[in-house]
Amino acid sequence: MFKIVDHEQFADNLFLFKIEAPRLAKKAKAGQFVILRAFENGERIPLTIADYDREKGTIDIIFQTVGKTTKKLGLLKTGDEILDLVGPLGEPTEIENFGTSVVVGGGVGIAPIYPIARSLKEAGNKVISIIGARTKDIVFWVDKLKAVSDEVLIATDDGSLGTKGFVTDLLRGKMDSEQIDRVWAIGPMIMMRAVAEVTRPEKIKTIVSLNPIMVDGTGMCGACRVLVGDETKFACVDGPEFDAHLVDFNLAMRRACYYKEEEQTAQTSGCNNNGGGCQCQ
Amino acid sequence: MSIKAPRNPMPSQDAIERKTNFKEVALGYDKETAINEAKRCLQCKKPMCMQGCPVEVDIPDFIGAIAEENFEQAAKIIKNKNNLPAVCGRVCPQESQCEQKCILGIKGEPVAIGRLERFIADWEAAEEGKETIQTSCNNKKVAVIGAGPSGLTCAGDLAKLGYDVTVFEALHTPGGVLMYGIPEFRLPKTVVKREIDYIRDLGVKIETNSVMGKIGTVDELMNEEGFSAVYIATGAGLPHFMNIPGENLNGVYSANEFLTRTNLMAAYNFPNFDTPIKVGEKVAVIGAGNVAMDSARTALRLGAKESIIVYRRSKNEIPARLEELEHAEEEGVQLFLLTSPISINGDENGQVKSMTCLKYELGEPDSSGRCRPIAIEGSEFEMEIDTVIMAIGQGPNPLVANSTPGLDLTKRGNIIADEETGLTSKDGVFAGGDIVTGAATVILAMGAGKKAARAIHDYLENK
Ligand SMILES: Cc1cc2nc3c(=O)[nH]c(=O)nc-3n(C[C@H](O)[C@H](O)[C@H](O)COP(=O)(O)OP(=O)(O)OC[C@H]3O[C@@H](n4cnc5c(N)ncnc54)[C@H](O)[C@@H]3O)c2cc1C
Ligand SMILES: Cc1cc2nc3c(=O)[nH]c(=O)nc-3n(C[C@H](O)[C@H](O)[C@H](O)COP(=O)(O)OP(=O)(O)OC[C@H]3O[C@@H](n4cnc5c(N)ncnc54)[C@H](O)[C@@H]3O)c2cc1C
Ligand code: SF4
Ligand code: SF4
Ligand code: FES
Repeated sequence: MFKIVDHEQFADNLFLFKIEAPRLAKKAKAGQFVILRAFENGERIPLTIADYDREKGTIDIIFQTVGKTTKKLGLLKTGDEILDLVGPLGEPTEIENFGTSVVVGGGVGIAPIYPIARSLKEAGNKVISIIGARTKDIVFWVDKLKAVSDEVLIATDDGSLGTKGFVTDLLRGKMDSEQIDRVWAIGPMIMMRAVAEVTRPEKIKTIVSLNPIMVDGTGMCGACRVLVGDETKFACVDGPEFDAHLVDFNLAMRRACYYKEEEQTAQTSGCNNNGGGCQCQ
Repeated sequence: MSIKAPRNPMPSQDAIERKTNFKEVALGYDKETAINEAKRCLQCKKPMCMQGCPVEVDIPDFIGAIAEENFEQAAKIIKNKNNLPAVCGRVCPQESQCEQKCILGIKGEPVAIGRLERFIADWEAAEEGKETIQTSCNNKKVAVIGAGPSGLTCAGDLAKLGYDVTVFEALHTPGGVLMYGIPEFRLPKTVVKREIDYIRDLGVKIETNSVMGKIGTVDELMNEEGFSAVYIATGAGLPHFMNIPGENLNGVYSANEFLTRTNLMAAYNFPNFDTPIKVGEKVAVIGAGNVAMDSARTALRLGAKESIIVYRRSKNEIPARLEELEHAEEEGVQLFLLTSPISINGDENGQVKSMTCLKYELGEPDSSGRCRPIAIEGSEFEMEIDTVIMAIGQGPNPLVANSTPGLDLTKRGNIIADEETGLTSKDGVFAGGDIVTGAATVILAMGAGKKAARAIHDYLENK
């Protein structure tokens, strides 16, 4: 069992848990993720390690409530326990001094870019963080990002915070005004694809973190297959980060939707006693 | 009892009935049948059957005890050598192990050793107040990586010898293939859990959610955490695909994913369990081993109207156990032999709609001794299906090997280990089971665990 030692609600559908997991905290690196199973009968779901504290032995996860599991997870509070938590999974982000690095985070993707930005800063990069969301209420961690970035730019769809528009507009602006050596983009698949298209003509190496459907997270099932440069990769062990210019985004988006109907059924079915784990039917 | 007495058949669930449920197919002997069957055994002075058992069960002794209705004694004799008897009694390929060697098999039918073993294990489980196990502790720590049958056997034997054993398991549940691969209707998960509880009762600690190579390494276990030896038993869990066009379409599963969703995550009980699975009307399973049979039979139980095994050789070469093939056919699984897909085709939504296949004929035997399939030119045809399950084999997972310098591997990535001791190229590190042999059987993996436990004991005694 893994104890939630602190929790924070950023918005209606956006939560942070600080979880006690000393072994995991000791090993975690930027770019890696965990898989958790919060309840008996529950699904295993992957979430990025948004931060870690090796001394205190904790990791942070930030999640958006999109379906049955994340909604149930959102009901947990400080002091509650997560049944199963495994990680750190996936390959860590490749960190070097690349020169000027831009990290782009969209929506809940702001969380995973934080440890990347921090590591890049520690490695001597000039770090520009560009974050975006629909509206200002769901923008989080601006101060944390400022502490590890040379510059933080914000875009919201409705203009309630920062510039009105998309992160890609801000990225294009930066590309016009200075030499950029490498870009990371994490967020909804559509946003990652858009970033890839912005940097492709300029041949700026761009890394995206893919979030396919996963089961075990150890390379055992192949559910997380993605196509990268005509080669099939297992995102949980070969990734989750890949060269954005080689990723087949259309395929990735189609695969992410495979269980749409079942996800609906899961949410509308059943009694919610016992955190939904009740088998009364 | 005369030698001619026929072997007692295994009662089983009716084929029509069982293909709609996940309950166990084989029901097990009752007391009378077990005693009758036990009386068929000749109590040979030189029991050939024992040569066929990799974990060295004292077969005539335990069968003798059954014949005398001393079930408690029989249980003791089995457990002395076998830590997982209810599992072995169900899934050991007895026809090519102990029963193949039984002297009665020469002229007639061998004693049903596996069924008797299962009978005793189930009898013991039903009895209240099982024996308490006394193990002493010698304060030497041994780590086992992987809680499949090989790791669990090694851990149990070492605990019996007094070692302080910790098993590190990647998944949230121990058991390996016994939990995630072999279906409920062949090996109920309550049976596996019961046997794992027995291993725990011996004093073994099991740390789930621990992917070695990620959360820790073999070197760290030995240099920082005080483990004197490590046994690696991580299995053959990496699914192979065919590398044909269309394999990433929605509706194409590896057998591992299909079975893991169903067994480990209980997707057959969706939405009471949260993990979904999809099975169309018409399912094609590529391959014809045990894994393929399990997948095809599972697909029927999940509601597929048709479940088809597609295999490029003929019926003679089918690698699955005969019993599994028979059960599958009884339930209505169809065989498409001498056939193999060259591409999988999708509709506009990226969902599988058909496979393009080639017909094959058999040529000369290849290195495996099986006839080589040769594609027949111009034999292409289209097969309409909506789900494809790839069951063409598994390779070794590289996570542990890649994080352990000094460990010699084969070209395919299997760990090289001595057959008698499990010793690897790295001092204090042993390995066995599918990670060494490639995908094999439960009992061979257990045999390797047993030998390694003995070798680790020798190694630590002399250290
Ligand atoms: C490597 C990785 C890192 C991730 N990091 C984060 C994160 O930091 N914060 C965050 O909010 N989300 C993250 N996700 C996405 C998160 O896993 C899904 O939102 C979650 O699984 C949804 O589960 P659900 O039951 O609530 O929703 P569902 O209704 O089951 O599904 C909603 C959508 O989530 C996706 N999804 C469903 N099941 C899975 C699964 N088992 N594995 C992966 N995706 C699935 C599907 O695309 C689906 O359409 C990450 C995904 C991956 C692969
Ligand atoms: C569907 C199916 C049906 C089968 N049917 C039969 C049958 O009827 N009879 C028979 O005899 N055999 C059968 N087999 C084969 C048999 O199950 C295997 O040969 C046997 O389980 C191998 O045992 P093992 O302990 O070596 O590995 P596994 O059972 O594969 O166990 C390995 C364990 O190690 C864990 N692991 C892997 N990597 C790591 C890591 N890095 N860190 C920590 N843990 C890790 C895995 O999660 C797993 O739990 C079947 C196999 C399958 C897939
Ligand atoms: S463990 Fe397997 S091989 Fe050994 S006696 Fe039992 S059924 Fe036969
Ligand atoms: S070989 Fe057959 S008959 Fe002889 S002891 Fe073994 S089981 Fe009994
Ligand atoms: S999630 Fe199973 S192989 Fe990646």
